Amino acid sequence: MPQYLLKLRRYDPRSGEAAYWDEHRVDLGGRSSVLDAILKVRDEVDGSVGIRCSCQQAICGSCGVRMNGRPGLACNTHLEEAAARDFGVGWNPSEEGDEVPAGVIEVEPMGNMPVIRDLIVDMDAVHWKKIQRVSPYLINQQPVPEREYIVPHENMVDITQSMACIQCGACVSDCLSMEIDPGFIGPAALAKAYRFVGDPRDAEHHERLEDLSEDEHGIYDCTHCFNCIDACPKGVDPMSQIMRLRRRAGTDEKIVDRNNGHRHEDTIATLVRDYGLLHEAEMLPRSYGGNSWFGKFHPAAGQVLLRSLPSIVPAVLRRKVNIKIAVFGHKIPKPDLDAVKKLYAKIEGREQRVELNLYVSGFEDEPEAPPAETHGTGAPQDDGPATSPHELEAASESESS
Amino acid sequence: MPSHDVLIIGAGLAGQRAALAAAQTGATVAIISKVHPVRSHSVAAAGGINAALNPEDTWESHAFDTIKGSDYLGDQDAIEIMCREAPNEILWLEHAGVTFHRSETGNLGTRAFGGASAARTYYVADITGHAILHVLYEQLMKHSATVDRFEEWFTTDLLQDDEGRCNGAICRNLRNGELQVFDAKAVILACGGAGQAYKPTTNGLIVTGDGIAQAYRIGARLMDMEMIQYHPTTLAGNGLLITEGARGEGAQLFNAEGERFMEKYAPNKLELASRDVVSRAEQTEINEGRGFPDGTVALDITKVPRRRTLESLREIVNIGRDFAGVDITREPIHIHPGQHYIMGGVKTDIYGQTTIPGLYAAGEVACVSVHGGNRLGANSLLDTLIFGRRSGEHAAGQALHMPMPSTPSTRVTSTEKEIRAIINRPQGGRRLAAIKDELGETLNQYVAVFRDADGLRTAHEIVRRLKEQARSATIDDHGTVFNQDVIGAFELGYMLDCAEAIVVAAIERKESRGAQFRTDFPQRNDDEWLKHVDISVNGEDVPTVSYSPVTITRWEPQERSY
Ligand SMILES: Cc1cc2nc3c(=O)[nH]c(=O)nc-3n(C[C@H](O)[C@H](O)[C@H](O)COP(=O)(O)OP(=O)(O)OC[C@H]3O[C@@H](n4cnc5c(N)ncnc54)[C@H](O)[C@@H]3O)c2cc1C
Ligand code: SF4
Ligand code: SF4
Ligand code: FES
Repeated sequence: MPQYLLKLRRYDPRSGEAAYWDEHRVDLGGRSSVLDAILKVRDEVDGSVGIRCSCQQAICGSCGVRMNGRPGLACNTHLEEAAARDFGVGWNPSEEGDEVPAGVIEVEPMGNMPVIRDLIVDMDAVHWKKIQRVSPYLINQQPVPEREYIVPHENMVDITQSMACIQCGACVSDCLSMEIDPGFIGPAALAKAYRFVGDPRDAEHHERLEDLSEDEHGIYDCTHCFNCIDACPKGVDPMSQIMRLRRRAGTDEKIVDRNNGHRHEDTIATLVRDYGLLHEAEMLPRSYGGNSWFGKFHPAAGQVLLRSLPSIVPAVLRRKVNIKIAVFGHKIPKPDLDAVKKLYAKIEGREQRVELNLYVSGFEDEPEAPPAETHGTGAPQDDGPATSPHELEAASESESS
Repeated sequence: MPSHDVLIIGAGLAGQRAALAAAQTGATVAIISKVHPVRSHSVAAAGGINAALNPEDTWESHAFDTIKGSDYLGDQDAIEIMCREAPNEILWLEHAGVTFHRSETGNLGTRAFGGASAARTYYVADITGHAILHVLYEQLMKHSATVDRFEEWFTTDLLQDDEGRCNGAICRNLRNGELQVFDAKAVILACGGAGQAYKPTTNGLIVTGDGIAQAYRIGARLMDMEMIQYHPTTLAGNGLLITEGARGEGAQLFNAEGERFMEKYAPNKLELASRDVVSRAEQTEINEGRGFPDGTVALDITKVPRRRTLESLREIVNIGRDFAGVDITREPIHIHPGQHYIMGGVKTDIYGQTTIPGLYAAGEVACVSVHGGNRLGANSLLDTLIFGRRSGEHAAGQALHMPMPSTPSTRVTSTEKEIRAIINRPQGGRRLAAIKDELGETLNQYVAVFRDADGLRTAHEIVRRLKEQARSATIDDHGTVFNQDVIGAFELGYMLDCAEAIVVAAIERKESRGAQFRTDFPQRNDDEWLKHVDISVNGEDVPTVSYSPVTITRWEPQERSY
């Protein structure tokens, strides 16, 4: 039986002492979970180790912690997997003759939430407050039918992804935006919001989207850092849900928010289409002045440029931008640019947006023996969903689940 | 001091449904849970919920399947109510926002489940319990103004007035250790089952029989406690559940010789016979040497189309991968019968009233009895919702005409003393976990799929000894903030009480019916045992046995084959 060194972050508010590391050696197979190890310590050595847990099967959402620097559920993280994370956790033999452990695992409480005790954080103070913020209940389409609402199968399967959220808080723990702006509604609550916006039975899609767009801590406050996607143990992919909320708000409902979030996003898309790469100097003026070359002449653009001088000047001084790039933008080889444009034409040319998710993967049942000419996952047709750029997203989703 | 018309202890499906129903009538309501409500073990329910909602289906057919499934021990008046009210309950859930699976037409779609003569199980992928629980919690958040939530509060005692009427509870705020008296005109227990008394079990660590034991201690009658469901498909090793939905979708069972053995035991329903039948078949195969060396048989889910599995059995794909290292879409997985559900519980009538005035019970903690000797898959979620709602409505109705009781706040001192005594115990006793493990292994050995008088007696002796040892078990945590050690000591006491009631009832029933198979009495014996075994205590810690009749409305007992 390999031996793992478990370092638990302990803290008791009543003791008056600071948090400290509590080390234990546990003999368990590498496929045992981090929770198994913690419970072994609690059961056999020290009953005062504080951690919430119940189901031991990644469904109740109790056991969110950080393990070697990454948030997740203690009950579905294998010891060998956590130990393999390159986290630079040191191991110092404390006594002579100490056996070299098979791995070292540091377990800490989740971030972005106050610690109550040991590995237990105050989810009410942050996570649940944010959930409350998004009116987290169905506002029924009227009239309520006598029997069930008739709803397309696809819609129900689609929102089942955000419904699969177990409210564990792992995504909240490491959300970059929330670290900078504690007011950010955040990944879990926004994923919850999509569960209603994507539900045809809800009567207030537009109001919800408007609310989440206009709030400066809303959908445009996410920085696309992907941390929530990496963290989520259930494949909810909160960031993808946020991007869907944006597409619904900006594209479908044409909501132009006062935070310029939608215009900013539009600008980026246009610039990448036209130049193949982001044209940084055009970004701010267009986001504020209007999404065209003339945007920079709008007074609002001037104002924002002026306000941004403190960050523009150092960038110029450090040669991050030069005049040539500022005026003409980046250049990429013509075939590459054509390829980018073709992608845009294909996606924008679709009659309907194709949205894939955890349950709607676009994967077909594999044929008995894949015919030689089929690539990848056996896409049915060239322009079928499985070949869309979303495929990558879908694949990464099923991996992270 | 909090005081409410209706106090609900437990925030799983039964408790939350009761709270919403009681609040609907205008009553003031408090709901208490030792964990955040969405952590309640209802969240683990995977497969679905039954209702005869299709126009071609009938509630009578649902009722008959349930009665036959119960091996005729279910009370037919209660079963009729449950099956009649099921369709409306599903529609209520649908309107509240549950994202039920749809058919191609956009109507609600169903899947097949064990022991049922029609596909009448409504579901959300394989996260049905989760989806319903979270939607009910959405509704609680919506109704925050009318339902007071006390999340992460632990109930230690039920209170009674001089006439014996239950009028509140004492609860501990886990965050700071503070004790409070909760006054209430009526109390609804919705504390779930007692699966942790077994090892392994499909139940979460919080499912420790608190409600059953608390009611028992103040004199309420328990019923059908010997009826412990072993689910046919739990993972070797950790006991995790592979939902019956898998067999509903077409998965098959094989022994080590590659034989589809259910053909012998249930030629018509095969893998979809009722659970006691399938579990017994598996255990027989294993006992007679046709299982795998790890004491299992194989569940082959590769029979289900891969796409279908990924869409609607996703959770068990993950469970297979994370907890057994098996890709269930490509290879069979090893399973065996494992403890899953307790059909028995606090005896109630069709309004959820227990034998203690003012005290109600609903959900797995209760025994109405709609499950009798064996619960059909997907009938438990239904039970929690129907009888949760009925209890909530009835309790609120009763409360309307009553003055608010008031227990002096000094009543907490005795509980305070008890807790202090636990914390200050001298070291040197056995560890809580060691006692709990021994209990779990004992029940799993002697009070499992097959039982006999000798084994049961041995189990009883062990339980009595463990009760003694539990009184001096070592406590490491002396703090007040989230002292889970002290809670563990309480929970161990509750599990031991439940265990004793289970063993005593199993000794008492000298026949084989439903989940109780006595190798020393292998036949069902309607002449002597078509009755419920009730267990209660009166002051002393000595269980006494009594009986109550089975209610039969129109379905006379028949021989049972699948
Ligand atoms: C893995 C699994 C799968 C299942 N699948 C299905 C299925 O597909 N279909 C089906 O019909 N049934 C299924 N069941 C059975 C069903 O899920 C349960 O019987 C049902 O959910 C029980 O609900 P409940 O509301 O009675 O209790 P629970 O959901 O267990 O809730 C109990 C509540 O009581 C609270 N509580 C307990 N003690 C205390 C205390 N001392 N103080 C304060 N609060 C307390 C807890 O915090 C919790 O909120 C399944 C069960 C399991 C284990
Ligand atoms: S992608 Fe957005 S929501 Fe997700 S963690 Fe990063 S900033 Fe937060
Ligand atoms: S989105 Fe994922 S990580 Fe975030 S709370 Fe839900 S399940 Fe947890
Ligand atoms: S213990 Fe339930 S999610 Fe980990």
